[in-house]
Amino acid sequence: MDFITGLTIFVLAVFVGFEIITKIPPTLHTPLMSGSNAISGIAVVGAVLAAGSENVTFAAVLGMIALILAMVNVVGGFLVTDRMLHMFRRKDGK
Amino acid sequence: MSDPSAWINLAYLVAGALFIFGLKGLTHPKTARRGNMLGALGMLVAVIATLCKTEVVSFTLIIVGVLIGAGVGAFLARWVQMTAMPQMVALFNGLGGAASALVAGAELLKQSGKYAAKKAADADFAQSGMDFLGVDTAIAGAASGLIGALTLTGSFIAFSKLQEIWFKKPFKIKFHYAVNAGLILVAILLTVSLVLDPVGIGGNLSFWGIVVAAGALGVLLVVPIGGADMPVVIALLNSYSGLAAAATGFVLENSVLIISGSLVGASGVILTTIMCKAMNRSLFNVLFGVMAADGEGPSDDIYEGKVKWTSPEEVAMMFESAQRVVVVPGYGLAVAQAQHAVREMAQELERRGTEVEYGIHPVAGRMPGHMNVLLAEADVEYDKLKDLDQINPTFPETDVVLVIGANDVVNPLARTDPQSPIAGMPILDVDKARTVVVIKRSLSPGYAGIANPLFAMDNTLMLKADGKAAVVDIVTALKES
Repeated sequence: MDFITGLTIFVLAVFVGFEIITKIPPTLHTPLMSGSNAISGIAVVGAVLAAGSENVTFAAVLGMIALILAMVNVVGGFLVTDRMLHMFRRKDGK
Repeated sequence: MSDPSAWINLAYLVAGALFIFGLKGLTHPKTARRGNMLGALGMLVAVIATLCKTEVVSFTLIIVGVLIGAGVGAFLARWVQMTAMPQMVALFNGLGGAASALVAGAELLKQSGKYAAKKAADADFAQSGMDFLGVDTAIAGAASGLIGALTLTGSFIAFSKLQEIWFKKPFKIKFHYAVNAGLILVAILLTVSLVLDPVGIGGNLSFWGIVVAAGALGVLLVVPIGGADMPVVIALLNSYSGLAAAATGFVLENSVLIISGSLVGASGVILTTIMCKAMNRSLFNVLFGVMAADGEGPSDDIYEGKVKWTSPEEVAMMFESAQRVVVVPGYGLAVAQAQHAVREMAQELERRGTEVEYGIHPVAGRMPGHMNVLLAEADVEYDKLKDLDQINPTFPETDVVLVIGANDVVNPLARTDPQSPIAGMPILDVDKARTVVVIKRSLSPGYAGIANPLFAMDNTLMLKADGKAAVVDIVTALKES
């Protein structure tokens, strides 16, 4: 993947993000933050690549530390968002 | 498509699409939970696809990392109190930023190793480090280290402020902004050094130098910011954590990192803009501006003789004859943990046929949507939570407005006094209601440090009490009558 391809993906995804997120009501802004936060833990993918290299090098250890941090971010973020969203209900119970 | 990497990239595309569908689910409370699950599914797809890559050969460190991280994350998510949600979001955010920076650092090391090995194996290998890694990748690496480290330390300071551990009060060091500028300059110089020699010892040291400088910068950027500006800071850091992930995506040439990072970046930017608009301040003003200094606000005596005090019993009596009541919560509601008491009061009023709604200002609380989450925790239905534009036209037809722990967001000076620091800030026009009851522990000014003429208005009654105790007393009085 060259730089321009990456930039193309980046710019288009920013536009998609803007389109969707402007439609999210203020009531859900906290779940949006914690949920999108969990998505930003996508660095977990890079961390797996670094931690899974053949030999245990310094880079692999860095990868493992990154993996721990990113997993806290991902698992904690999605779970806490689910817990919050579970509380948003209407009169009829759900 | 016999090439396995094509299938992996396809899985990344699926993951990216799931993230987009997940965020789309968040546009309505009914679909939000499923949306969040789609996002989590996307993450699972991305991770499984990555595990299938040929580069991933050893699983020991991966298993250890996943188990520890997932365990800690799940524990924190279960244990955290809803009132502590702003600091929890800040904490997770910081960890995500740190992970992005570390991954970029690890990749740089890995590439350095590859370059050294190639040079050792082939004496004729004459490619320079700069050509080997590429200028674009080196710059992306620098950006990742910079934004990631800044997100980490900035978020930790925000966490500490919200949890009230350290730096509760905003403060500045000597030559604060000069030091900031110096750190930025250092980071730029180190970036140049990284680009010139990306896969040598110098390049690697430059990267970690950038991380240290950006870490210090993150601390200094957030330390001088006060509590009521926290919604802006948290939204901004949220955006940074996304941008850090996107930058790491450029380093690894990995599409799913770029897609997710830019979605989160966009989300944070939008929230930051909404928060700034809700305070009628520019981002620059929030980050570098000065609000009133502590303790220099007007004292209580400017209200002398003009304020009418009331009691919970009197408020209960007013509620009995009211047709419509609007509750306006602020950060004080969160501090007093009054959300359950408020819900009980609303239920008692509704039982008597009174309409109850909630008027919520975008910057009420310490993060975007803070009040909504607290009230949702107390089982208040989300369709009763109204934002500024929905609730403001209804105040003239409202019998009683109950303001709990909010101040600047209901200050009519924003409309009337162009000299005021909050001039032009969109506020909740509670003063247009027939009666306003303000529950407050004192007449002290809010965050903006200015007096609130609302307190001395003819149709305003003040109730000096803790938010929760006052509401509990009102409920008791209502039930006794």
